[in-house]
Amino acid sequence: MAGAIVPAIRIQREDFDVAAEIAGLTAGRADIGAVVTFSGLCRDEQGALSALELEHYPGMAEAEIGRIAAQALERWPLQGLTVIHRHGKIAPGENIVLVVAASSHRQAAFEAANFLMDYLKSRAPFWKKEHRADGSEGGWVEAKEADDRAADRWKKQRE
Amino acid sequence: MSTKLIYFAWVRERIGKPEEHVELPAGIETVADLLRWLKSRGEEYENALQYPDVIRVAINQEHVGHREKIAGAREIALFPPMTGG
Repeated sequence: MAGAIVPAIRIQREDFDVAAEIAGLTAGRADIGAVVTFSGLCRDEQGALSALELEHYPGMAEAEIGRIAAQALERWPLQGLTVIHRHGKIAPGENIVLVVAASSHRQAAFEAANFLMDYLKSRAPFWKKEHRADGSEGGWVEAKEADDRAADRWKKQRE
Repeated sequence: MSTKLIYFAWVRERIGKPEEHVELPAGIETVADLLRWLKSRGEEYENALQYPDVIRVAINQEHVGHREKIAGAREIALFPPMTGG
């Protein structure tokens, strides 16, 4: 593996620019053959949602995503890695999360991005609360068992 | 020694405050002990920690299990399963 890659991890209220983040990883280098990006967006269910409010644990959010990113860098030969997670009020159609994984070959980039998202879902300290279009409070989004299972499958593969 | 407790999402809402400093009584050794003790502190805690198994815990900003010892913890966070991403 090449020299130590330092992942770029940002927890921010502001939106991000996917193209600019890709360019940030690839500009000025010719050794990257594959870039996989995953964007997670705020999804509305039949016009009922006015916004999601994302609460996070400042400090731990950065630290935990850093630990997950370090595991990804250990498992796959990546040449660059960026993870951005937004917090605060996010309207339907807006970005919530971005993972950009760069590698020589596509398989490592695909798998690392997939792994990162599965782990972010179940281990990064963020919580979504719904705000309904009719003005009522929709309550906290419940964690899905399917997300835990998605993270677990990476453990099984490893053993 | 005083320990900082931090709460998030519906744990925070039910307890009614984002954080507090507590003096842990003798005999509170593990995360499970802490949850049991907190639950006995009043209706709002009882309400938040009714099902201790679902509560996730971090010590000094790292995930831990309920059997983890809490000696030396500066900051203990209690929260529901995470729903980011």
